[in-house]
Order: sequence, then C-alpha cells, then structure tokens
Amino acid sequence: MIKSLLKTVAIIVIASVSLGARAQLVVDITSGIDDPTPIAVSPFSWSGGGVLKEDVSGIISADLRRSGLFSPVPKEDMLSFPKTPEDVVFRDWRILGTEYIVTGRIEPQASGYLLTFDLVNVFGQHKMFTKQVRGGQTQLRDIAHRAADEIFEAITGIRGAFSTEMVYVHEESRGGKPSYVLMRSDIDGARAKQLRRFSAPVMSPMWSPNGQELAYVSFETGRPAIFRENLRTGERKQLTNFKGINSSPTWSPDGTKLAMVLSKDGNPEIYVLDLASGKFTRMTRHFSIDTEPNWMPDGKSLVFTSDRGGKPQIYQLTLATGQVDRLTFDGDYNARPRVSPDGKTLVMVHRNRGTFTIATMDINSGRMRVLTETTLDESPSIAPNGAMLMYATKRGDKGILAAVSLDAGVKYNLPSQRGDVREPAWSPYFD
Amino acid sequence: MLKSVKTGLGLACVLAVMAGCSNTNSDKSSGEEYTQPEVDTQVETTVVDESEKMAPLENVVYFDFDESLLKPETRELLIRHADRMRGTPAAVRLEGHADELGTREYNLALGERRANAVRDFLVLQGVDAANLEVISYGEERPAQMGSNEAARAMNRRVVIN
Repeated sequence: MIKSLLKTVAIIVIASVSLGARAQLVVDITSGIDDPTPIAVSPFSWSGGGVLKEDVSGIISADLRRSGLFSPVPKEDMLSFPKTPEDVVFRDWRILGTEYIVTGRIEPQASGYLLTFDLVNVFGQHKMFTKQVRGGQTQLRDIAHRAADEIFEAITGIRGAFSTEMVYVHEESRGGKPSYVLMRSDIDGARAKQLRRFSAPVMSPMWSPNGQELAYVSFETGRPAIFRENLRTGERKQLTNFKGINSSPTWSPDGTKLAMVLSKDGNPEIYVLDLASGKFTRMTRHFSIDTEPNWMPDGKSLVFTSDRGGKPQIYQLTLATGQVDRLTFDGDYNARPRVSPDGKTLVMVHRNRGTFTIATMDINSGRMRVLTETTLDESPSIAPNGAMLMYATKRGDKGILAAVSLDAGVKYNLPSQRGDVREPAWSPYFD
Repeated sequence: MLKSVKTGLGLACVLAVMAGCSNTNSDKSSGEEYTQPEVDTQVETTVVDESEKMAPLENVVYFDFDESLLKPETRELLIRHADRMRGTPAAVRLEGHADELGTREYNLALGERRANAVRDFLVLQGVDAANLEVISYGEERPAQMGSNEAARAMNRRVVIN
C-alpha cells in the first residue's frame, strides 16, 4: 500500500466533450499497480474526410491506463505509428519495453464508423486478434470503449467494463438555492448529461439489472418517496408514498422485485415489493434500524445494515426462512453493504480509527481489508466485472467521486469541475 | 415549567396578601400598608411573563453523534414547546437531520429516530400526536456546510416547524 502511494502520480485529463454537457468529471489517477503492462495504442488511420471528433486511440489508451493494469506508451515516445500488424517493426518496440501493440483503421460508413483493430504481442511477435466495431455518428467514444473492452479481456482474462456508465447525484447552488441533479455519464466521466433536476434532495439511485431503468428516492413530494424511471422513454412512476421513510431501493438480480426500507410500522424495516403484483412483503421485525438492503447474486438472501446489536453492523437475511445472521464483527461501524458479482466479497463503509473508509470482507473467512485512505468515504458501487468500485468521498469540503480496485492496487479520482458529486451507481453491462 | 412556577408564586403572593389584609384589621402596623403595591408589582411581573409567551422559542434541538437521546436542556425547551402546543390544533412538523458522518441511508433512519424521540417526548407532555408529523432528511439538508465538528454539531438536529 505504502509502496503504491510512493509511486509517481500520473495525471491524465480527458478533454471534456462539449455536447451541452454539464459538470464534466475529470479523471486523475492517484495510484496503479507496481508493474503495469506496457502497451502502445498506435494512432489509428482515418480514411474519411476532415478530422474525427474524437481521438479514438487516445480514448482506448486512457481506458487502459485508468484500469491501473496498463501503462500506455505516450504518442511522443513512439518511434513509428503502425496502422496494421504488418507495419510493426518489433525491434523498435522491444527497445521501448512495449509488450503489446494495438493498430487500427477507422472507415466511414453510411451513417457512422467502422473500426478495424488488431492486438499484437511484441515478444511473441504474433497477432493475437483482429476485430471490428461499428457505431453511429455520435458513437465514436462507444466504439473506443468497446475496443478497449476487447483488448483488456484478451490480455487480462477479465471482461472489460469501459463501455459501462454510471449515474450520480450532483448538487450545486442556483441563485442561492440548492439544486439536485441526477446525472448520467460514461464510466470515465465523459458525456455527462442531466437526467432530471430537482429542487428537493434526491438520493440512492440504483440501476435495474438490464440497465434500462433506475430506482431512486426523491423528496419532491415533501417526503421521501421511491420512484422508478425508464431511461429510454423517460417514463416515471412513484412506487411508494408511505408515512415515514421510503428509502434504499435495490433491484433483485432477476429484476422482478425491489427491496426497500419503509418505516410505516414505526421504525425502519426491510420490505420486498413484487413489481408485477405491487405486493409488499415485510422481511424484518425489529425495533432497531434495519436499512440499506442489497441482494446476493442468487437472489435468495439480502445483506443489510442494522444497529440491533447497538452499533451499525452488516447482517444477512435468508428470504425463505427469515433467518438473520450477523456478518461483520470488526469495528463499531459497518454499513451500506454491496455484494461482488461472484457473491464472495462484501464491500461496505467501515469506520477505521475515527475515519470512514471503504472496506471489503471475504464472506467465507470474515477477513476485512480497508481499501481507501481517504476520509468520509461512502456509497461504494461495484463494477459488473467485480474488478473496481466507485465511491463518494470529500476533497476539502467538496464532494468528489473516486474509484479503487477491489485489491486496493488501483486508485483514481473523478472530481467535478463545479458543485458536489456523490452517490455513484455503476451500471450493469448493457448486453 | 418556568411559567407555571411564576404563576404559582404570583398566586402564593396574592394569598399572602389576602391573609395580610385580614390581619391588618387587627394589627394596624405600617408594614401591611405596603403589601398592596407589592401585589401590583407581582401582577406586572405576570404581564411580562405573558409577553414572553408570545416570543418565539428556539426551534432547533441538537444531538450527539449516532445518538437520539434528548439532552437535559433539550427536555426543558421541549416542555416549553409542549406548553404552547397543548390545546392548539396547529400541525407541527418535526424535521430530523444527521451530520455527514456515516452512510446516507442509515442517516435517514437516524434523523427519523431523533425526530421520533422529540415527538414521543412532546406526546408525553400532553401534545396530541395527531398534530405532529415526523419527516427525516438524513444528511441531505445540512444547516451548515463544512467537514468539521462545529458544522457537524449544528447538523445533528431536529427542527420544530
């Protein structure tokens, strides 16, 4: 950990795209693994007219760098810009220590672009693959992210998540009054756009498993209420309007149910709403605070926060039997659990020597590990490939987003250019 | 509480004066002559007390971290609020808040627990529960910005509206 802190801080700025985007987030990488794989993404050729709106090979380099597992060779250091595997002079790249080279060609299509790209292994002196990605006029960034996913998976064996997105809450002052905006952006912070603006707080955004809907809590009615919003149509439905707290909606893995917290019985209890029938089932019965439910990947149990033991700790509720088991025992504040896609790791907010950090716990062994060194960390949200998580933290008095790998090796920040950002929710895969 | 104590004192004085008056008939000492203005002074004090009743009471009460226990000074203030609320049909909103420490959803629950503690205390003082509405904003609406203990102490609160 200390060693990675001492490493040189590499800063890479992703140019903001001016598509009427607001509050663009900017990536700065604070630490990567000790021996990232050197890779060169040679600038792609473009056979159409004019200049492309996006630097596709540059976006791929930035994606790979952000993963922390790669150190892309800067364009200035390249001795040549091969466009095909046949152009590659292996000796030149071996001198630089480059292990992989990506070459590519972009061609215009009737209504968009076609990227053909190749991954070349320098030391083995062989081509690993040639692939194609097609996209529409506005999809150059999507094409780049998709290519990065393919390259990442071919080398690491882990599915890439560069094509995923996130939603988050952005708060800024407008004419002296706070304004709360639900934002949606690429996972690198680019192409941020406003989904909906509120004059009352909005919180707890969660993606449906198919990535087509969101559930969130809005205070627009004067009380917290749970809403469901279709991202394609913009259609919105208020799901709850009970007295007291209506909070923490989370979709079941099959998308048919929503677990949530209602305090209509006098104190916060976990409920499950069956979306087809509209039927609510109460899952917990305890006078303490029960909140922040999250589903295990098999959909058979929920993890949640409860202070039934005196302090907030994480518990597991088996839905079939109603049995509740305590999972966390280290420290006096463990809350807001999220489960990794393989169901083996718990991610949570953990108070460590007075500061709030993000920690993981191996569910089998109960072994806890603190991932972050920042303070006031909250709202961890895990990537669908389980490699990284996004969370909210503070820099000075400003709310920013940050990311850390689940092995704590890779870290980067995504501060907002203005206002406070918080509550990131990492999308699922869209296919 | 203070008000009822004062009223009690006033009443005691009046009783004392009445007793004094009945005594003056037999004992014509000059001292009793002066008991009358003293009663006037007491009446004036009661008037001051009435005007204080109209002055707005402090409407925010504060809590310790991860706590919903009412502090002694909070109880005193709530008793005075209850005195004014009793017998009036006005709806009162109890807004519970938390500081930035800890998770947002847990803090929403904590804000509600604090507002509930205030509600339960007011109901014990005879306020009609039907007139009290509890709403929690968790840490979403801080009274003071800033990541320091002074700001946090101001944010762990229930606002009586």
